[in-house]
Amino acid sequence: MNSYALIPFLPLAAFVINILFGRKYLKENAHWVSILAVAGSWVLAVMALVDVLGGNTINFDLYTWMLSGGFKVSVGFLIDQLTVVMLIVVTTCSTLIHIYSVGYMHGDSGYYRFFAYLSLFTFSMLMLVMANNFLQLYFGWEGVGLCSYFLIGYYFNKKSASDAGKKAFIVNRFGDFGFGLGIFVVFLTFGTVYYEPVFSQAGGLAEATFNFLGYDVHLMTLIALLLFCGSVGKSAQIPLHVWLPDAMEGPTPVSALIHAATMVTAGVFLVARCSPIFSLSETALMVVALTGAITSLFAATIGLVQNDLKRIIAYSTVSQLGYMFLACGVGAYTAGIFHLYTHAFFKALLFLCAGSVMHAMGGELDIQKMGNLKKYMPVTYMTMLIASFSISGIPGLAGFFSKDEILWMAYAGESPVGKFVWAIGTLVAFLTAFYSFRLIFLTFHGKFRGTHDQEHHLHESPKSMTIPLMLLCVGAVAAGWVGIPALIGEKIGVHNYIAEFMKPVLGHPEGHGTHAEEMVVMLISIAVGLAGIGLAYFMYILRPELPARLAQQLSAVYRVLFNKYYVDELYSFIIVRPAIWIAKNVLIGITDARIIEAVVNGVPSAIAAFSSGLRKIQTGLMQHYATIMATGILIIVAIMLLR
Amino acid sequence: MVQTMNNTMGFPILSMLIFLPAVGAAIILLLNRANEKAIKMVSLLVGIATFLLSLLLFTNFDKSTHLMQFVEQHEWIPSLNITYYLGLDGISVLFVLLSTLVTILCVLISWESIKTKTKEFFISLLVMEGAMIGVFCSLDFMLFYIFWEAMLIPMYLLIGVWGGPNRVYAAVKFFLYTLVGSVLMLVGIIVLYFYAGRTFNILELMTKAYPFKMQLVLFWAFFAAFAVKVPMFPVHTWLPDAHTEAPTAGSVILAAVLIKMGAYGFLRFSMPLLPDASRAMTPIMLTLSVIAIIYGGIICLAQTDLKRLIAYSSVSHMGFVTLGIFALNTQGLEGGILQMLNHGIVTGALFLSVGIIYDRTHTRVIADYGGVASVMPIYASLFIVFTLASIGLPATNGFIGEFLILLGGFTANQWAGVLAASGIIIGAGYMLWLYQRVFFMETNPKVAGLQDVNMRELITLLPLVILIFWIGIYPNTFLSFMHPSVLHLLERVNGGGAPAVAANVMTQILK
Repeated sequence: MNSYALIPFLPLAAFVINILFGRKYLKENAHWVSILAVAGSWVLAVMALVDVLGGNTINFDLYTWMLSGGFKVSVGFLIDQLTVVMLIVVTTCSTLIHIYSVGYMHGDSGYYRFFAYLSLFTFSMLMLVMANNFLQLYFGWEGVGLCSYFLIGYYFNKKSASDAGKKAFIVNRFGDFGFGLGIFVVFLTFGTVYYEPVFSQAGGLAEATFNFLGYDVHLMTLIALLLFCGSVGKSAQIPLHVWLPDAMEGPTPVSALIHAATMVTAGVFLVARCSPIFSLSETALMVVALTGAITSLFAATIGLVQNDLKRIIAYSTVSQLGYMFLACGVGAYTAGIFHLYTHAFFKALLFLCAGSVMHAMGGELDIQKMGNLKKYMPVTYMTMLIASFSISGIPGLAGFFSKDEILWMAYAGESPVGKFVWAIGTLVAFLTAFYSFRLIFLTFHGKFRGTHDQEHHLHESPKSMTIPLMLLCVGAVAAGWVGIPALIGEKIGVHNYIAEFMKPVLGHPEGHGTHAEEMVVMLISIAVGLAGIGLAYFMYILRPELPARLAQQLSAVYRVLFNKYYVDELYSFIIVRPAIWIAKNVLIGITDARIIEAVVNGVPSAIAAFSSGLRKIQTGLMQHYATIMATGILIIVAIMLLR
Repeated sequence: MVQTMNNTMGFPILSMLIFLPAVGAAIILLLNRANEKAIKMVSLLVGIATFLLSLLLFTNFDKSTHLMQFVEQHEWIPSLNITYYLGLDGISVLFVLLSTLVTILCVLISWESIKTKTKEFFISLLVMEGAMIGVFCSLDFMLFYIFWEAMLIPMYLLIGVWGGPNRVYAAVKFFLYTLVGSVLMLVGIIVLYFYAGRTFNILELMTKAYPFKMQLVLFWAFFAAFAVKVPMFPVHTWLPDAHTEAPTAGSVILAAVLIKMGAYGFLRFSMPLLPDASRAMTPIMLTLSVIAIIYGGIICLAQTDLKRLIAYSSVSHMGFVTLGIFALNTQGLEGGILQMLNHGIVTGALFLSVGIIYDRTHTRVIADYGGVASVMPIYASLFIVFTLASIGLPATNGFIGEFLILLGGFTANQWAGVLAASGIIIGAGYMLWLYQRVFFMETNPKVAGLQDVNMRELITLLPLVILIFWIGIYPNTFLSFMHPSVLHLLERVNGGGAPAVAANVMTQILK
């Protein structure tokens, strides 16, 4: 057995140990098991990275999972360039967040349970990214969804938390419905669900059509779009984005790990993994690009007016995920994965800083009730500030390089919607900078607006929390340096390492623009970022009375944004309530009760009526019986003779 | 002449399995009714002995053949050519094991909850076990029919005597519903008997060809018996009542084994005996299956009673089973048979779990619960495993079954596959909502201070937890029993020609 198989199974072992022995024996030592396991996975992941950098691709089966007729699938692992980047992102973030949780969850009654779930999550996520076939991908996919359900609903005594967990799971099932059908079509087409034969044969079927539900459709478009349904759910894109903001009910380390850095990016990973299929369908790519672009704008506008610290970051995540899809949709898969990787650092950092703030504020989330925290929490302030600069695309920081790469690829690529999504992306870059710094200014600057009691308790978080912040901060600054565009790289003598590294799996489309154009695009994206920060400074530091006045003057717009375009209300109105109404009033009330039961109960009463009628001919008179008998015999004889 | 495998065991293992419980029942009959402890111990020991004996089937089964194994054949009523003829193949063998396992669990779960007429209760339970095993082993149609009807009586008693407040209504409804179906089947059996030259030998009947019109009529006669048992839409309305009113053990047997017999009937009789009719009726069967999946699922959304909800979820899950069976391809059939087993394990476990908490609270109303996870953490962990298996999460058995069924269903008929797949969304909806209302949110005062599961209850549930993960992680242990038998069945139904084993359209497109 290959030792890389241990990468997912170490955390699985930690889960089993914690769930079986945590409650009674391990208790407040539960974190040791989980941390050691995930750190072990990290070491192995680094070894895998070295291996892949050395030019190896690892692909092996562990055992046959399912075998039925012509259908065979294994538990098996594929470690190539794409996998290894995901491995590094997942194990690094997971390890740091495990450590952070020791401080954050200290004293919680479900301490062992929390670490058990984190381990189970890490296992599932690793199974997802390491799969060498679609079904194991689906296994990890549902597994991370389950852990998300557990962890969102971690404080299960709260109705809102258990609602949010359930919602996340069910909304994701809508996406998985399409994903599952996609796997069926893959199997029916290729006779296998392993990546390798599927991707190598896809090219030969570029023009094939498939009869789907009676319609002849372009095969690759069909497969790509069905798989993309799964991505839309998992990565919270329109129209299935509704679960992610509610997912903030979970403990903050969970928001950082699952709902920012890793799980929600699985959708992007799926598209990148299936790039050989997506690349064969212009329609599918266009759908991906537009879904991403529209979602990123949509979520960013909502983020402008929210007051809940974590929800602002959640909408920011939805928006940035949209960015990644935008990149994939214009064929720049590497740029999408590059952004996934830098985003993991600065977004996890933003969440952990938010957790640090909550820790100090006694669980308070309303940024309108904060202010001036920089005085009390210097480390949290500095790291969060740097993360915000990073997401706003300030040159030199991680977010700048990946964001710039996406915008340039959109602008210069071959996609028919490229220019359009570039324009949206640029607008979103402005909005992102604005809401990120609105958050910074309201939280850390100005006057403290909370209660006297809260102010009294303000303090910097313990070392186990601030050290992961600082480590992630290094990533938020430097993670992008592996992807410095040639435009700059040529001058300082570095390559775009990540693009070269990923080229064998994801390809690397060349932009058609000139250096001058590239420079202009870059300068525009820097300018809008600075403008966003400047506007936030103006509105929340220089003229703090302005936002309220604006909200009043534009109250209709403000209400729509504040209520997230009323999408939740819409779904409740068109899906949830009708389903329950039909169940109660039609299926139970009419079909079961009035129709089926009426027949069922009607038959016996009909028989009863018939037999009481029959009883009347039992008169007890001999001559009656004789007459009937004679008639019967006559009829039988008649039949016999006439045949 | 019909070919079978010799019984390699050297002793009549199937007869022993059928009659060991009956012997146990006879011993209990002799015991003093006040000596409840002895009654329970005898039941438990007999249950365990039967189960251990049945494990020999598991280890000694020859997985390389579709032929009947462990065969016993004796003359019984020569004048009518009725024989005592037993045997197992890859389709039936696992259900014998399921029956023997479930009986032990039923004894354990009834240990304290049955307080009246204990003696009669355990006698009924053991008689039930023997009859169930008999149904799966019979290779003579008349013998089958006798076991089939014999099951009705102990089940009727279990519901009618030890059931809830509305038990008599439910028991009579159950009895009449199934009896009407069975009578039609009996007519069908007799027609076959005369047509095939006076034989009830099922294997011999399978070698004959029957005119299409006759097949059609017989198909619907059998349908009446089997569809009621499954239960398929629209003959499902006895199930919620029976389940709700039955005592825990009754619900468990009903869910785990009894309703499997409907699907088993289709596999053992309708399809191989009436292949042309089965093929012709596929569209109708698929339609009814899809309706059951969606209808049963949506109805669950409005249930307020724990047991009623799980009962309706059975309608939905059994819809998956019949969908897989009538997909008439390898994945569908194997998925369907596996899902029969899965449903027995998972729904059995859910009913056991409901029984455990019902013993403490004496209420089945969902609204009476809430926050149970805080007071009974171990119980909550076990229940979530069953919930997840029920909604087909990967790594649990439910996923393997549903995936193969949907794959087979989609291959056979895309619309059926797509519509049925929506069942996985609805399933997640009602099960997670149920779990939330019972286990999450603020602790309801009515459940405050409840004791977590005790050792006896834990032992009752653990085997099912193990099976859930075993089948979920390594299903080949169980699928490998089925391969030759399913292939053989498909050859018979599809008229000799090997079935389209998930057509590889690749080759067609490239042409």
